[in-house]
Amino acid sequence: MAQHESSYKPGSRIEHWMDERLPVMRMMHGQFVDFPTPRNLNYLWTFGGILTFCLAVQIVTGIVLAMHYIPHESMAFDSVERIRRDVNYGWLIRNVHAVGASMFFFAVYIHMARGLYYGSYKAPREVLWILGVLLFLLMMATGFLGYTLPWGQMSFWGVTVITNLFSSLDAVIPGLGTKIVTWLWGGFSVSTVTLNRFFSLHYLLPFVIAGVVVLHIWALHVVGQNNPTGLDIKTKSDSVPMAPHAVMKDLFGLGVFVLLFSWFVFFAPDYLGHADNYVPANPLVTPPHIVPEWYFLPFYAILRAIPSKLGGVIAMFAAIVILVFVPWLDTSRVRSARYRPIFKWFLWFFFFSVLALGYLGGKPAEGVYVAWARFFTAYYFGFFLLIMPIVGVMETPTAMPRSIAESVLGGSGKPAGATSAPEKR
Amino acid sequence: MAAHTEDATRRDFLVVAASAFAAVGGAATLWPLIQQMNPDASTQAMSTTEVDVAPVKEGQAITVMWRGKPVFIRHRTKTEIETAKGVDLNALPDRSARNEALPESAPASDANRTKSGKEQWLVMVGICTHLGCIPKGQGISDVKGDYNGWFCPCHGSHYDTSGRIRLGPAPRNLDVPVYEFTSDTLIRIG
Repeated sequence: MAQHESSYKPGSRIEHWMDERLPVMRMMHGQFVDFPTPRNLNYLWTFGGILTFCLAVQIVTGIVLAMHYIPHESMAFDSVERIRRDVNYGWLIRNVHAVGASMFFFAVYIHMARGLYYGSYKAPREVLWILGVLLFLLMMATGFLGYTLPWGQMSFWGVTVITNLFSSLDAVIPGLGTKIVTWLWGGFSVSTVTLNRFFSLHYLLPFVIAGVVVLHIWALHVVGQNNPTGLDIKTKSDSVPMAPHAVMKDLFGLGVFVLLFSWFVFFAPDYLGHADNYVPANPLVTPPHIVPEWYFLPFYAILRAIPSKLGGVIAMFAAIVILVFVPWLDTSRVRSARYRPIFKWFLWFFFFSVLALGYLGGKPAEGVYVAWARFFTAYYFGFFLLIMPIVGVMETPTAMPRSIAESVLGGSGKPAGATSAPEKR
Repeated sequence: MAAHTEDATRRDFLVVAASAFAAVGGAATLWPLIQQMNPDASTQAMSTTEVDVAPVKEGQAITVMWRGKPVFIRHRTKTEIETAKGVDLNALPDRSARNEALPESAPASDANRTKSGKEQWLVMVGICTHLGCIPKGQGISDVKGDYNGWFCPCHGSHYDTSGRIRLGPAPRNLDVPVYEFTSDTLIRIG
């Protein structure tokens, strides 16, 4: 796992004893204390730590909420209200969990955008990137399952609409889609049976996420972190030990993030949710306008932009799965978009498109909204399937620094710790 | 041993037989774990509902629950029936009657979606065939869509006075469940 020499020195006799039997302290020291970290990381690199924090918050608050929640169609809504009103500090724990889901997605979108901008998906980080896509999918599944639990109108109709997506398979093999939907529901409609199994899976998936996070960090520590220049660490002067340099920066970034998190928890806990979810689920009345949580809106817009049921479902899933192939779709040998004058602008427009799809996903599917959703959906796929391969071949990258140290210290500067100035070629 | 390397040995037989046995056993164990998620006996048991439609006046509609799903029962007016009958069947997006009592190939005529002699009663599962929302159109003041039947507000599907899809993303006509008139005004669904 670690390519650098271990600098771990067991201090006490008990640490010695342990080190000879299970060198877990040596491993932690090597991976999280003296691990070589690029010296030029900016604040976008603090989101990995922030996401780990988010997962921990969701698991801790979730375990507590499960002690008070009742997954039954006649009691679920009331039990959530009881948590908010009667349970000691229940209002706080529930708000942290509900806002936490939004903050988790907010952080993961920034984390993914950073990966796209600085080419963190390129060799040798393909597996690291694919594990990230898997984590994103698991997060979406967990978020979706969790949103059904309060059993409000949006919960109920959200589940109904999303599980019904599978009935589009009826267009491939008649009857297959309906069979799958009945199997998912455990009945002929969304009911207590469905709620119960969703609760079970919502409790399970975060631990699966935690397991994949371990693999994600492992893969990261095999290949090392990318950095804003996209250059590899070549000499010792390109890196700093993770502790205290990167750790302190991570903690400061996390502190700012927690301020934003707390602002939502204490001042606008329902701002990111939907008012209709405070109406108890009613299988006889569909809300006039069903929308998913904000973090699913871009994908919901893609689903509705395609004028065929099966086509829309395929496009929506393809929008996520296509990310797996990004390491091979991008033909450029330069990692960081900083040195890619043409690609950079296409990428910024891609980010804009995703935000635009998010806006359109929250609007009714009619008239000009559908037309724009189709335009941005076309760009979303065009960006990956045409722009990434073509621009990578035709574009001339701008001048790059020779090393990470040079990008920080300037061309003539002698890198810190080096005995002589770097060789000029 | 060395002389018989080409032939199947007793050990080969044991390996293949044991592996096959383990594979079948594994699949047999998996089946209950998958099957437990399908509707259980108590869910299957709630399969019929009886409704008295005597109080429903012409032009009115009621919604009843059957298997946890809403069922629309509309007492159609003369004009609604005439309009539904006058539609060119070849112009419909879904040409199947979608009547569970009839084969899939039955054409989507109004007669195939109602009971003969009881054409004023239209009985259908009130779930949009797109993504499962409840279409509007049961209430007197509801939006009924471009074809004066039902309109699904979720993604804009329009159904006509026979519950057939006419416009929008829904792929199929509203399903007609198996039902019968046990008396002049009593309907048993399921």
